[in-house]
Amino acid sequence: MLLPPLNVFLVIAALLFSIGVYGVLSRRNAIAVLMGVELILNAANINLVSFARFTDPSRLAGHSFAVFVITIAAAEAAVGLAIIIALYRNFKHINVDDVNFMRW
Amino acid sequence: MLAHLPNWAFLIPLFPLAAFALILALGRRAPGQGHWIAWTGVGSSFVLSILTVAASLGREVSADRNVVWAVLGDVPISVGFRIDGLACLMLIVVSTVALMVHIYSAGYMHGDPRYPRYFAYLSLFTAAMLGLVIANSLILLLVCWELVGLSSYLLIGFWFERPSAMRAAKKAFVVTRLGDMGFLFGTVLLFWYTHTFNLQQVFGKIGGELPMAVAGIAAVLLFCGAVGKSAQFPLHVWLPDAMEGPTPVSALIHAATMVAAGVYLVARTYPLFWPEGHYPPVIFHLFGAGITAPLVVATIGAVTALMAAMIGVVQNDIKRVLAYSTVSQLGYMVMGLGVGGYVAGMFHLFTHAFFKALLFLGAGSVIHGTGRQDIMQMGGLRRHMPATFVTFIVGTLALAGVFPFSGFWSKDEILADALHFHPAFFIVGVVGAFLTAFYMSRLCFLTFWGEPRDHEVHPHESPRVMTWPLWVLAALAAVAGFAGTPWTPWVHRLLAPGEHAPALHPMVAGLGSAAALAGILGGALVYYWRAVSPATLIRMAPWLYTALKNKLYIDEMLWAILVRPMFFASNTASWVDRWIVDGFVNAVGYLTVLFSRLQRLVDIWIVDGIVNAVGWVTKAAGDTIRLVQTGRVQNYLWIVFAGAALLMLIGTR
Repeated sequence: MLLPPLNVFLVIAALLFSIGVYGVLSRRNAIAVLMGVELILNAANINLVSFARFTDPSRLAGHSFAVFVITIAAAEAAVGLAIIIALYRNFKHINVDDVNFMRW
Repeated sequence: MLAHLPNWAFLIPLFPLAAFALILALGRRAPGQGHWIAWTGVGSSFVLSILTVAASLGREVSADRNVVWAVLGDVPISVGFRIDGLACLMLIVVSTVALMVHIYSAGYMHGDPRYPRYFAYLSLFTAAMLGLVIANSLILLLVCWELVGLSSYLLIGFWFERPSAMRAAKKAFVVTRLGDMGFLFGTVLLFWYTHTFNLQQVFGKIGGELPMAVAGIAAVLLFCGAVGKSAQFPLHVWLPDAMEGPTPVSALIHAATMVAAGVYLVARTYPLFWPEGHYPPVIFHLFGAGITAPLVVATIGAVTALMAAMIGVVQNDIKRVLAYSTVSQLGYMVMGLGVGGYVAGMFHLFTHAFFKALLFLGAGSVIHGTGRQDIMQMGGLRRHMPATFVTFIVGTLALAGVFPFSGFWSKDEILADALHFHPAFFIVGVVGAFLTAFYMSRLCFLTFWGEPRDHEVHPHESPRVMTWPLWVLAALAAVAGFAGTPWTPWVHRLLAPGEHAPALHPMVAGLGSAAALAGILGGALVYYWRAVSPATLIRMAPWLYTALKNKLYIDEMLWAILVRPMFFASNTASWVDRWIVDGFVNAVGYLTVLFSRLQRLVDIWIVDGIVNAVGWVTKAAGDTIRLVQTGRVQNYLWIVFAGAALLMLIGTR
């Protein structure tokens, strides 16, 4: 099987990361922000697995890191959604621009 | 058993003292009562005094007891009592007159709103006076001396609603205090040399540790106390004013006992004045002549005797005549002591106490019966007040020195001693005797004979409680002289056991009696037969009359010499205090305030300024920096990513 070179994976991961960052920074909807975070995490996962495959495929350190990240991401999503639901209950919206009560 | 009785003599002053305390405690609850307590106290003292004297007869000293009162360094200060002849004589005089006056006072003071308090004061006085006569140390003497002064003050000012009584009380206290200063200095001087207050020990050191000249100076200082207390020239001015007190008080304190305390003091310290077996030491020189302590005493006494008798002639207030008479007679006693007549002076004190107390109580009875004190408003009282009249005449004859009444014997003895010392004193004595007889006959004729001059006066005889003491004292005034005649020299044996009794000096007795009779005749001539009118006498020497009427201007002189400089000194001291001492204090205050103001400015603008500046800078910084904190997570993330990008840029460079 023809394996594309490492740069291809890294470029895809970088694109994915950039999209995620854009989503996190520019979306007003909290759920969209959370989705951006998922993208960033997954971009990192691609990097982890790619580097594992192209350096020493016999060792599974990169893979197991990716599995950890997925697990943490699931937990993070759960906590994040719970915060969003709490926000909604209090403000009747989830527009992050208007949620600035943590300043000062 | 009786022989040990004098050891209990210390109880004599304690009885009236207990009465004083008891009346003070009960007085308010028993208005109009209290005389029974006082009578019991003084009566007990009287009985014990008589028994003590009886037990002491034939012994020079029957008791001398001391207790250590305090220890100064290693010098014990002991106080105690001593029963000798002098104390015995004084015990008889004081307890007898005090008892009579206590009884009489119940009638005289009847109905007074402060009746119990009067008896309390009277008991206090009696206690202090009895303590004075048995004291054997100067310090106890001084304490009792001040206590009698205090009770005198309280009793002169007893009717303190009257401004004149109030002023008289103050005057008496302050004037006698002038003399007391001398007493205190004398006491200290003696203690300085002998380290003891006990009189017998002091006497024992004369010529040894206590040089003769120092003894003489101390004697003169002690005599200053006597001058104040016994109203001698020039401090006699308080006694006539002291007549503002109730009349029984005048009789007891200001005639018979307290004013005699000065004479008693001189007699008690007589060895200082005239050391036994020596001629008195010269203490200073005046115009080339050596002055001795007895000479000072005799001169003061003679001046007082003559001056007071002269002033007494022109007084119209019945009590003031008697007051000047008292001053004059005290002058006699002092002169007697000064000329070496130790027994004569004390003998005159003894007889004078009885007849002068009698005269004062008689005057009190007259005042009680008429409500007047001015003899010009009286007259014809002979018929209305027979008991007072008879007893008063007895007192007058005794005072004038008519044979055989008591005054004759004692005055005669003083005159004899004066002649022995220097004829000048004898002449003063005879002239004084003439004046005494004259003013007393004037007093009697104006009061008891003639017709009533004021028809609004309705005289009545005093109650029995007042006349009874008059009769007792009249009897004593008549016969007391027989205790010291040349044939029955009991007083001489009591006071000077070793010496032989004096013989009757025919010339002295003759001249003295002649002066007395001439005085009485002169008085009768002017005020009974009215052969010579008083106005004629005044016209003979108007300047003398004016001077005498103004009491020889001695009050004014004392005012100018003593009181004015005192005021000046006080005002100066007040000025110094107000402007210099207070000024300094105020200046310190002003400086402190000024400095504080400066400090306040420094505090507000510099210290507080720095603190505030720190706060302001912090706040300004916070205000600026907080703008970064928007509370929006996305802003923060922007910064995070921007930072990360920046770091990457720097890293890849």
